[in-house]
Amino acid sequence: MQPFVNFTGVVAPLDRANVDTDQIIPKQFLKRIERTGFGQFLFFDWRYLADGSLDPAFELNQPIRQGASILLARRNFGCGSSREHAPWALSDYGFRVVIAPTFADIFFNNCFQNGMLPVKFDEGDVDELFRRASAAESAGKPYRLSVDLVACEVRDDAGFSRSFAVDPFRRTCLLEGLDNIGLSLRHVDRIAAWESAHGIAAVTGK
Amino acid sequence: MPASPRTLLDKIWDDHLVCSPEGEQPLIYIDRHLVHEVTSPQAFEGLRVAGRQVRRPEATFATPDHNIPTTDRRLPIADPISKQQIDTLRANCREFGIRLFDLGDADQGIVHVIGPELGITQPGMTIVCGDSHTATHGALGALAFGIGTSEVEHVLATQTLRQSKPKSFEVRVDGELHPGVTAKDLVLYIIGRLSTEGGTGYVIEYTGPCIRRLGMEERMTVCNMSIEAGARAGMIAPDQTTFDYLRGRDLVPKDFDRAVARWATLPSDPGARYDRVEVFSGGDVVPQVTWGTNPAQVIGVDAKVPDPTAMADASDRSSAARALEYMGLESGTPIAAIPIDRVFIGSCTNSRIEDLRAAARVVRGHSVASRVRAMVVPGSGRVKRQAEAEGLDRVFTDAGFEWREAGCSMCLGMNPDTLAPGERCASTSNRNFEGRQGKGGRTHLVSPAMAAAAAVAGHFTDIRQWRYH
Repeated sequence: MQPFVNFTGVVAPLDRANVDTDQIIPKQFLKRIERTGFGQFLFFDWRYLADGSLDPAFELNQPIRQGASILLARRNFGCGSSREHAPWALSDYGFRVVIAPTFADIFFNNCFQNGMLPVKFDEGDVDELFRRASAAESAGKPYRLSVDLVACEVRDDAGFSRSFAVDPFRRTCLLEGLDNIGLSLRHVDRIAAWESAHGIAAVTGK
Repeated sequence: MPASPRTLLDKIWDDHLVCSPEGEQPLIYIDRHLVHEVTSPQAFEGLRVAGRQVRRPEATFATPDHNIPTTDRRLPIADPISKQQIDTLRANCREFGIRLFDLGDADQGIVHVIGPELGITQPGMTIVCGDSHTATHGALGALAFGIGTSEVEHVLATQTLRQSKPKSFEVRVDGELHPGVTAKDLVLYIIGRLSTEGGTGYVIEYTGPCIRRLGMEERMTVCNMSIEAGARAGMIAPDQTTFDYLRGRDLVPKDFDRAVARWATLPSDPGARYDRVEVFSGGDVVPQVTWGTNPAQVIGVDAKVPDPTAMADASDRSSAARALEYMGLESGTPIAAIPIDRVFIGSCTNSRIEDLRAAARVVRGHSVASRVRAMVVPGSGRVKRQAEAEGLDRVFTDAGFEWREAGCSMCLGMNPDTLAPGERCASTSNRNFEGRQGKGGRTHLVSPAMAAAAAVAGHFTDIRQWRYH
C-alpha cells in the first residue's frame, strides 16, 4: 500500500446525506475482476447524462473542482453495500480524503485498506467547511485544505484549523503504507495456538 | 468473586479473541468464511501475488449468487464479463481447495440462504462474507458481519480479522405482532425509528417476547436488515427454535446434543449490560411500505406519503424532498393509492420457503393485475425444490408470476433482472436506494404478503383486509 503523505488539495463539496455505495459505484461496474480502473464510473448515475456526456449540474463536474482530492460530504457517507469498489472508485478518481460528520462502518474500514483517510468532524465544523468552500468558489477560487496525518489536523489558509481523531494503529498503517496481512501473519503462532486450543488441526497457511 | 454477567456478543468475542498486541487492533478468529463471485476475485489475486495460501479452506464456502442469470441454467451466460467473473470464482475455488456450490449444483443459492440451510451457520460462531447482509446469520446466535475485499483477503490468508470490539445495542421488542404483520414489517418499523445510521458502531441483539415468538426464517429477515440501520451485525440468542431448525442439517456437528448443550450457554446472562437499549412494542407495528430512497423512509400502508416541509430536521427535509422527486410521489397521496408496475419476491431478506408460502397463500385463486409484471426468485435450489414439491410454483405461475432459478436477481440488478427507468416496484428486498434495481427504477420495500397482494391489486393494499381464497 502507498504511504499516506501530508498534502494540500482541492475540496469537492457534495452536499448530500446518506450517500450510499450504490451511488458511489453502481452495480453494473462490479463485474470486473480487477481492483483498478473504477474512477471513470464513480457516481456514474449522477455524473453522466443519458447520452453519456457529463451532467453540468452535478457537484463533481464543476470546472472549479477539477483535480479535487478531498471530498466533503454529509452524514452517514458510504452506507449500504460492503463493496470495496466504492473506495477503489474514489481513490482511482483522485480522492485521498473524505470529510463527513459520520461514516458507515464497512466503508470507513475499507478506506483505510486503500490508503484513504476518512475524517470525522462534527456537524458544525462540516457546515463551516461547506460555507468556506462556497465563499472561495463564489470568488472564483477553488477551496483548498491541507491534511496533516502526522499532526492529525486539517487546515486552510484562512484560519480554519481542526484536529481529528484516528485510531493510532490505523494511522501508523497509513503513514507507513504497511501490508496488513503481513503484519497479522507476524502473530501466526498465536493464531495456531488459538486453533490448537479449539481442536482445529488443519493448518495450511504459511 | 463471580464473573460479571456477559452479553451474547461478549461471550462470542471473548471466545474468539486471538490476541490484542500492544499498539495494534485485536485479532479475532473467524470460524466460517462465505465467498461469492463479486467481492472475492481481487482477494484471491492478492493471495497469488503475495504467494500466500488459504489458511483454512475447509472453513471457507463459496457460491455464485449476485451476478448470475435466473433463467434456464442450461443456457450459457450471455454477458461475457459476468461469465468471466463466475469462471474466476470456479478457478479460484479449484486452485485453493474451497468447496463451491456452483451453478447447476442442487444446493447453489444466495449465500445468506444456503449458509443456515446447510448448517454451515451455527450458534456462537464468527462468520464473515464480503457482503453487508451477512448480518442474516446472526439469527442463529452467531456474530456475523460484512467485510470489504481487502478483509476477505486477510481472512483467507490468516483466518482472522483486525477488529475493535463493537458496542452492544439491545433492541427489545415486547408484545406480539398482529395478524398480517410480519418480521419484515417489524424490522422496517425499527429501522424507521432508529434511522439508517442509528446502529452505526453497534452490534444489535434483538430480544424480548415478540422476537422469541418468531420462527427461524423470520429471525433471519430481522437480522438481515440490521445493516440498513447502520449496525454491521444483528443477532438473536439461540433457543429451542434455533436447535430444532438446525437438527439434521448437512454440516452441523455429529454429536448434535453435545453441541446444543454448548450453544445453550450462549444467551446473555441476566443483568448483562448493553451500551444502548431501545424498547419497541410489536403491537404498534402495521404493514410497512417505504416511500423514499433509503429503508428508514418508511410508513404504514394505511398512511399517506409524508410532507417533507413538516420534518423537524433540515437534513431529513432535503433528503425527503429529493427522495419524493426521484420516486415521482406527491406528499399526501395515500400509500394504498400508489400503482405499481413490477413485483419482485426474493433476495436474502425474503426468499425462503416461509416467505414463498406466505406469498402463495395471498396469490392463490387470484391473478396478477394486467399492468403488473411479477416474478418470484427462490433463495436457493433447495427452497425452489421444496416450493415445487408443495405446488407453490403452480400457484404463482397460474396467477401470472414468473418462476425463476435461485440468485440475488433484482435485489441489486447485477444480472439481467432490472427495472426500466421510471418503473415502480413492490419488492421484498432490502434496499430502495436510487437506481438499486435499475437506473431510474423506483423501489418500495414490503413484506412477501404485501408484495403478493400488490401484484394482484396493481397497487399497494392493506394485507390485513385481504380476501384469501
